[in-house]
Amino acid sequence: MLEVKNLNVAIGDKQILNDLNLAVAPGEVAAIMGPNGSGKSTLAYVIAGKEEYEVLSGEVLLNGENVLDLTPDERAAKGLFLAFQYPVEIPGVATMTFLKTALNAQRRQRGEEELPIPEFMKRVKQAAERLDIKPDMLKRALNVGFSGGEKKRMDILQMALLEPSFAILDETDSGLDIDAVRIVAEGVNALRSPTRGFLIITHYPRLLEHIVPDTVHVMAGGRIVRSGGKELAAELEKSGYREYAGESEELV
Amino acid sequence: MAAVQETIDRVKAIDVDQYKYGFFSDIEADKAPKGLNEDIVRFISAKKNEPAWLTEWRLEAFRRWLTMREPTWARVSYPPIDYQELYYYSAPKTAAGPKSLDEVDPELLKVYEKLGIPLNERAILAGVQVADGEAAARGIAVDAIFDSVSVVTTFKAELAKAGVIFAPISEAVKTHPELVRKYLGSVVPPTDNFFATLNSAVFSDGSFVYVPPGVRCPMELSTYFRINERNTGQFERTLIIADKGSYVSYLEGCTAPKRDENQLHAAVVELIALDDAEIKYSTVQNWYPGDAEGKGGVFNFVTKRGDCRGRNSKISWTQVETGSAITWKYPSCILRGDNSRGEFYSIAISNGHQQVDSGTKMIHLGKNTTSRVISKGIAAGASQNTYRGQISGHRKATGARNFTNCDSLLIGNDCGAHTVPYIESRNPSTQFEHEATTSKISEDQLFYCRQRGLSAEEATALIVNGFVRDVLQQLPMEFAVEAQKLIAVSLEGSVG
Repeated sequence: MLEVKNLNVAIGDKQILNDLNLAVAPGEVAAIMGPNGSGKSTLAYVIAGKEEYEVLSGEVLLNGENVLDLTPDERAAKGLFLAFQYPVEIPGVATMTFLKTALNAQRRQRGEEELPIPEFMKRVKQAAERLDIKPDMLKRALNVGFSGGEKKRMDILQMALLEPSFAILDETDSGLDIDAVRIVAEGVNALRSPTRGFLIITHYPRLLEHIVPDTVHVMAGGRIVRSGGKELAAELEKSGYREYAGESEELV
Repeated sequence: MAAVQETIDRVKAIDVDQYKYGFFSDIEADKAPKGLNEDIVRFISAKKNEPAWLTEWRLEAFRRWLTMREPTWARVSYPPIDYQELYYYSAPKTAAGPKSLDEVDPELLKVYEKLGIPLNERAILAGVQVADGEAAARGIAVDAIFDSVSVVTTFKAELAKAGVIFAPISEAVKTHPELVRKYLGSVVPPTDNFFATLNSAVFSDGSFVYVPPGVRCPMELSTYFRINERNTGQFERTLIIADKGSYVSYLEGCTAPKRDENQLHAAVVELIALDDAEIKYSTVQNWYPGDAEGKGGVFNFVTKRGDCRGRNSKISWTQVETGSAITWKYPSCILRGDNSRGEFYSIAISNGHQQVDSGTKMIHLGKNTTSRVISKGIAAGASQNTYRGQISGHRKATGARNFTNCDSLLIGNDCGAHTVPYIESRNPSTQFEHEATTSKISEDQLFYCRQRGLSAEEATALIVNGFVRDVLQQLPMEFAVEAQKLIAVSLEGSVG
């Protein structure tokens, strides 16, 4: 479903991703863990299409199609979703308005009809209830004055509404308390399906106790250095990233 | 950054000539000889069959103007205007005579139709829905002004029933001379400033509104100004009086054809609100802004002032300024009556090579007066956008309160946003608050929106709409929709 092949990425003079290879199958939940500076968020941004990063070589295939030539909104319409580490605020734009605009923009790109309002409202209501998001939060400007946990839950709400075929969660648990982590995890687990892939980026194993992954990859120095099953997460909790730290020094 | 460079390239390639009102209508015009002197002033007055007192009023203003010097303190620059190279009077030849729709030149009506202005009363009435419990039909009365002359005014009969006078000022001078004479020049005297003085000498036409005591004007009043003839100045004069306890909402819309030369628009608007009265004045301005090189375009040098003369009176100005090569105006309120209130809501957009120096003055004189200023400036392209505001409290203005929120948004790297606030008070019980922000649409915001599926332009439009929301909400509903579209069009090509 998602294949990253020999990806080399730099920002300015600094090379961040080194010949990175990764594959996630449909229905698979893959976790990427690693120390700070290993390039985890860079990978997420490059897949989503942030323009600051220069792709030196390599491919990113979503369902067999190389998305590196597409704009971020085109990639979104193809079913890609990124839940941000720091969701931004958009003053003056009601959350409900934003949700409707985004959903219909994607549908239009795919040649689908816009969703009729009653149907849209119903879906939003259902998804919001599951994530413990109160109706008046939807009337407020997007993310303005929201706590960290509320912003993250809002991102998961968007994911539920936009129904992506591949979702990347970038440090979704950072800044969340125990209850918020559980709610977010429940929201994500509810969206697991055989036709959807997930890439969960985190450096704390805690989230992975709630969203149990099928595969765990360790990233250091801009590449995947080890892969394993969910037990790898428990192992990392005990041993830390020390043995992989040497990898980052190989970077010139 | 790649995105920003694309933005800059796009702006350079922008065809500002997408101004869709740029068409010119080939309608025969009746013109004064070029240039300005006492004879021209008399010519204008004679063409309008004005009473002697008004002709003299004009002449005094003209003589005063000759002694004045053009002000240069604003943050705008333009080539010197040769005042002798302009025509000070132009009227469509067929417009002389009574003004019922059937008698108006169909060519003229076509112009207004092209601009999307509803002049056909029957059409409006047919499409009207009467709200539950509300007797009045929701039509909009329109006074259409083509170059120097009012072409037609709709709904006069309905308004007359309520006692509301809505007529071109040239007509009001004859039908209600005592009213005009009492109030004309009482808010903006002919000596006020260079352009107001010029206007007092050569003003063409404009709307006159009088709302009698206790009357809530049954419909929105609106005037559309259209400059058509080349090399003419447009000097309209509007006078609105809301008598005790009355209410009126008035909307002004403006367009002009594309021309290589600049066109001067020096208008004067005076508003007077007596005890417990309220005037709401909205403007959607889309004069031709000049081409992509900054050539041509309208010079919009306007003096607008409201006098809250009565106790508990209220005047609010709402403006959406998207056009003109240069916009230079400060709709202001004199808060004379105790407990009176002034409001100013503004969206000023500049793109290409436009220049804006605009803002407001709130002069607190009476007791317990309040004012509110919300200004949103958006600068794109290579434009310069300045907010200039004056909030002042007189020595005797106890309990004066003001809240000012002035925000600027920059798109791209070549434009400039500037804020020049003057805040002064001579009374210790005053509370004046000022908040200002300057921001660029952040790459992070744009990327977030795009990752959710919006194109770069959709994302910019969304963010800009959020930015100006507080002001858009102040416009009468129909015009809020039109303004939103206009904002999107004005920013076309400004983002990659």
